[in-house]
Amino acid sequence: MRNRRKHPISPETIDRVFKYTAIAGAIPVLLLMVGFLIQLCWNAWPAFREFGFNFLISVKWDPVAGEYGALPAIAGTITTTAIALAIAIPLSFTTALFLVDAPGWLGTPLSHAIDLLAAIPSIIYGMWGLFVLIPFMQLYIQPRLAWIPFMGEDYNGFGFATSGLILALMIMPFICAIMRDVFRMVPSVLREAVHGIGATRWETAFDVTMRYGKRGLLGGIFVGLGRAVGETMAVLFVIGNIHELPRTLFGSGTTIASTLAANFAEAEGMFRSVLFALGLVLLLMSFGVQIVAQWWLIYAVKKSGGYNG
Amino acid sequence: MKKMMAMLMACGLCAGVAKAHGQGNTINGAGASFPAPVYRVWTYLYSEKSNIRVNYQSLGSGAGINQIKSGTVAFGGSDNPLEKSELDKHGLIQFPMLMGGVVLAINVPGISSNQLKLDQETLSKIFLGEITNWNDRSIARLNSGLNLPDLKITVVSRADSSGTTYIFTNYLSKISKVWAEKIGAGPAVNWPVGIRGQKNPGVCNNIKKIRGAIGYTEYTYAIESKLSTVVLRNLDGNFVSPTIESFKAAGANSDWRNAPGFRMILTEQPGADSWPITGLTYLLIHREQKDSALAKSLLDYIKWCFEHGAQSAIKLHYVPMPENVIKMVYDELDKVRYEGKK
Repeated sequence: MRNRRKHPISPETIDRVFKYTAIAGAIPVLLLMVGFLIQLCWNAWPAFREFGFNFLISVKWDPVAGEYGALPAIAGTITTTAIALAIAIPLSFTTALFLVDAPGWLGTPLSHAIDLLAAIPSIIYGMWGLFVLIPFMQLYIQPRLAWIPFMGEDYNGFGFATSGLILALMIMPFICAIMRDVFRMVPSVLREAVHGIGATRWETAFDVTMRYGKRGLLGGIFVGLGRAVGETMAVLFVIGNIHELPRTLFGSGTTIASTLAANFAEAEGMFRSVLFALGLVLLLMSFGVQIVAQWWLIYAVKKSGGYNG
Repeated sequence: MKKMMAMLMACGLCAGVAKAHGQGNTINGAGASFPAPVYRVWTYLYSEKSNIRVNYQSLGSGAGINQIKSGTVAFGGSDNPLEKSELDKHGLIQFPMLMGGVVLAINVPGISSNQLKLDQETLSKIFLGEITNWNDRSIARLNSGLNLPDLKITVVSRADSSGTTYIFTNYLSKISKVWAEKIGAGPAVNWPVGIRGQKNPGVCNNIKKIRGAIGYTEYTYAIESKLSTVVLRNLDGNFVSPTIESFKAAGANSDWRNAPGFRMILTEQPGADSWPITGLTYLLIHREQKDSALAKSLLDYIKWCFEHGAQSAIKLHYVPMPENVIKMVYDELDKVRYEGKK
């Protein structure tokens, strides 16, 4: 039997060792982050010196003349992400709501299926997009929807709509899994009580379940958003990779991540610096989204009287 | 974050390559994807015969040049030949390994391989975006027997920077003044129209998936993807199909003696049977080698390729270099030194 008193190392020492081990594990995260920022800034500097602020608002992309602008890639990233979220959020929300209340024989396999979908590597989605979704879009979807304004008469299967759709499928399982777990954490006593005072299922879901898990819901959406903003391979396959501003949903364009993936191995000199600058822009965009999200969350929590589960 | 991971992994990969480099019986090379199918066969056959392993990473010409300059590989492959001054600056030797053709591949229902004919003006106008439909009068005029559909033309080009693009845009600049002035030639250019695919296979996939697509790719990739190729009019005014013979004809009249660093661009060459978009692919090695064992294996491998590689190259639709050029390359290889000695 172990005797606490005769233990050769005092509990205080163990505590201290544990504390420093934990710190040693946590500090590199910060160092890594700072290191990334410094390296990106360092390498991006020549591009910013050459093009200045114009880099962010220029639409030129001419490697022969050495002129580069980031706006098409930035706009493309925002467009594809917006399409993906617009499709994925309602879909995951309703799926998650259903899964919480679904009978076990249906809910359990569906739940596992969603977890499995989240584990599929992005390149598989990209290949599926290229070989299945693109011909399908070109032959069946786009000819029927091209008359709608901003869809675009000029289609070939590739483009923002296809990329957004793939991204939506990719992030849906993530958002859905998190939402489902959040909804499950709502105490059943609370839900039963709400049902007890005569609320419908919709009222329970919208006024109680959703509010109870607001922070978790937003967290899920931001995990999805992060994946959609930074996704490279799947988008690279289907977006068409041209440096033009998005004009129509069926048109082609590019995103920051896919521009980096397509060009990094070959780039040198100013081109390389331009790619680093794009990388920095992407990082700052992600930061910006996180900051706005946190701020909004605090604001929303305050407004609802500090009730956030 | 995913991008960062990719970058970290890329760094890890580079470190791995550098480490393997020091081991002597492994030769690492990287570069052009244009000749990669042949290099893959060569490295395999050579590794079977000797105890030396050769790795070739098909990363693209630009990457090949970058990596040989920084010394992370023993040889670099490039389709975009360097100027003599740049070679001297980095202490490099450059020589041609193979000739191959860049072809136009199309996906137009009802038209099979080598049926569609295009001349210089029509082709350049398609890539400039001035001709936008397959039933355009200028295409119909050249193809009276064909039933050209009313179908939008989608131009497919390379998303990454590439030696194949360099060869093709060099050709477009030669055949079209407008192209030369507005766009120019380079491994990556500002394409006026169309969409882009990643590397040769990506371009072929995109052409295959889009009805009405036309794009340029290395010949082998077009054949492997079973895409229809286009017949082009050459400088002499004849319509030629892309074949080994027409690629070979393009290189027949070249003046190698007056090409420093073997720098030669075989687009729009004279000759009745010359294929107009023929390219050379080069190897780059350091004149001063750091490791005598490695240098010996490297030269042995290169010479083996010239002496025993022709058969497998032809099988993959590439043209081996003619005898007189190989002799000149051997003279060049004699200049490789290790600490001042041979």
